[in-house]
Amino acid sequence: MTTRVPDTSEKWGSAVNTVVIGATAEQGGTRTSTITIGGAATLPFLSFEDSIGHRPAIAGEVWDSGADTWPETLKAYGDTMASPGAWAKKAVEFGAQLICLRLAGAHPDSGDRSAEQCAAAVKEVLSAVGVPLIIWGCGVDEKDNDILPAVSAAAKGENCLIGTAREKNYRTLVAVCLADRHKLIAESPLDINIAKQVNILCSDAGFPLKDIVIYPTTSALGYGLEYVYSIQERGRLAGLRGDKLLAQPVICDVGFEAWRVKEAKGPTFDSVTDENRLRWGPMWEAATATVLLQAGAELLIMRHPDAIREVTKALDRFTTTTKA
Amino acid sequence: MALTGLDIYKRLPKTNCRECGVPTCLAFAMRVAAGQATMDGCPRLSDEARAELGEASAPPQRLVKMGPEQNPIEVGQETVLFRHDEKFHHPTAVALRVSDAQDGNAIREACTAFKALGFPRVGQVLTAQMIALDNESDSVEKFTAAAEIIAKELAVPMVLMSRKLDSLAAAATGPLTGARPVLYCTADASVDDLAVLAEKAAALLCVAGSLESVAERVEALAAKGIKNVLISPGDAPASATLEFMTRTRRATLKKKFRPLGYPVLAVAAAQDATAAALDACAYVCKYAAVVVCNAWEPYLLLPILTTRQNIYTDPQKPVQVEAKVYDIGEVGPASPLLVTTNFSLSYYAVESEVEASRIPCRILAVDTEGTSVLTSWASDKLNPKTITAALKAAGMENEVKHRKLVIPGLVAVMAAPLAEESGWEVLVGPKEASGIGPFLKSEWKVA
Repeated sequence: MTTRVPDTSEKWGSAVNTVVIGATAEQGGTRTSTITIGGAATLPFLSFEDSIGHRPAIAGEVWDSGADTWPETLKAYGDTMASPGAWAKKAVEFGAQLICLRLAGAHPDSGDRSAEQCAAAVKEVLSAVGVPLIIWGCGVDEKDNDILPAVSAAAKGENCLIGTAREKNYRTLVAVCLADRHKLIAESPLDINIAKQVNILCSDAGFPLKDIVIYPTTSALGYGLEYVYSIQERGRLAGLRGDKLLAQPVICDVGFEAWRVKEAKGPTFDSVTDENRLRWGPMWEAATATVLLQAGAELLIMRHPDAIREVTKALDRFTTTTKA
Repeated sequence: MALTGLDIYKRLPKTNCRECGVPTCLAFAMRVAAGQATMDGCPRLSDEARAELGEASAPPQRLVKMGPEQNPIEVGQETVLFRHDEKFHHPTAVALRVSDAQDGNAIREACTAFKALGFPRVGQVLTAQMIALDNESDSVEKFTAAAEIIAKELAVPMVLMSRKLDSLAAAATGPLTGARPVLYCTADASVDDLAVLAEKAAALLCVAGSLESVAERVEALAAKGIKNVLISPGDAPASATLEFMTRTRRATLKKKFRPLGYPVLAVAAAQDATAAALDACAYVCKYAAVVVCNAWEPYLLLPILTTRQNIYTDPQKPVQVEAKVYDIGEVGPASPLLVTTNFSLSYYAVESEVEASRIPCRILAVDTEGTSVLTSWASDKLNPKTITAALKAAGMENEVKHRKLVIPGLVAVMAAPLAEESGWEVLVGPKEASGIGPFLKSEWKVA
């Protein structure tokens, strides 16, 4: 008796956009490597069905200032955290393929650093490491509009990924990314229609859809991750079925979210011992990343060296091709 | 071929007796057709109609019941590929692996450790629910002895893993009689031998291998009347395991292919415990009904259990707690009163911080239809009027002497209008729940 298993492969018809971040000397920048993300023509890791595109990449998170608020467990970066260049170098040693420089110190409530100071931090990171750069503003509309033009100009020609453009504040970022030829992160608050809307706004303002990476908001494991998971999954399905407004690669702010929660910072369960206390955080961060990868994620911003290493290994296992 | 709702309806009694829990026979027929109910739900179905509808009306994926009658776990009967399409129904059963190569004391210790692995999260206590006993010793005696200890100590559903049918038979018909274990023969075994074993032991079988070989053997077992089965990619690498689970779920739901219409048991028990735990998280997302893992360390296990809690949440139902006042600890007229929403995540974040502070407090969970603080503020469900109404409804003016309310820092803007509306003094608390402990200890004391 033979039992024929029916063909279960889907014909999706479309694929996730491919986006290159970074520019080498030949391409007008100074990076020693570039990173290409996206390109999947099927759901995550289903290599039996079609191309899974480029392997998701991991960016190490670095702050321009204010890292003293990071939990003790993350002090693996040691003294380097006082200077973004040295910190970035350390993150690359720990396995980060890009650096995400978060301009946290520009926030009016936590430093209110000037555009010049932010631009200097960008230059410092660019000269310290050869990997491509993601630059993330402070999230306050007016302040972002003040600092991001200077930041963008300081990295002109480096083909950075800069964010974030939001529904109510995208014009300045679109203009400077166009002028200085950077890629752009479009942010939306856990809402697929707003994700599309921000893409339309950026596109109407002249920014090519193919150069956008979307940030549909991230949550930590156990803190609303299921909403993020389903938003990403729905967006990815629509993108694969041909919706050009949802064909962008997805960036997830994993470290920032995971390290806010108590299971990572200071777990309070009876079974926590001094011996294992420091392992909770990296594992919570790595698990958050692992779950998000299953829903479609191309770029992960991460913090702890152990979490970066474990997720790198997990990606090796998930991307092993199964096609005979 | 699958039956339509109308095909099924024609053969129902059409009395709309409601005994199946659905208002009309037509509605029941539609549920059966959608794979959300089985014909067994209709107590008045004639034997004739039952036979006629038989297999054709069975849900595409079989519901499988594992474990002893007093403590069973049901898995399977899933209806969708993506949780946003409806929901995932039966949460993944997490089985912790125990090797029988250890001595009896070590196994007893493992049982003690198992009992201690409970994590209170968002109103539930998360636990692993199964033990997977692995016949690493290859000894029938050691395997049976270990099974006996675990059955006595824990009485949880078990997976028995062995290369030897003898070991499986001895444990399943010996100490685990009546405990309905899942028998997973990790070496090649003939369908005939497996069928005999399953019948004799009244146990379930786990059929492992490639998709084609699994389908073939499951069909042969079904022909012998053995249908309490789980299927597995066995000891496959992670990418192959994800492929197996996706292809079986699709074949079952989209092609109604019966030979793969069974819940999947996935094994994430690699030497590298952290790697295995992360694989387990991925398997929970992508369709595993049972996952066997080595995650005995709490920091490895809780992420798996939390992934399960998240992924198996009903996406169509906002997760909420009852809107009322909750007393945390021995509260009195001088205890602080904290305002939050009835969104579970908001409420439990506040509750766990209050508990950790060891300061007795009242928490007023305002009915925001299960939305978070910022969302409900934006949609005008959390405002001075709704908070004042909730205060009144709970009779707080009689219970609380100090007339002070603490509101979440995220909605600090409503402090003045709320004070005016309610007549209470309004204190602005921290933005994040994690700041509640320090707030109570410093600012509340001096306030």
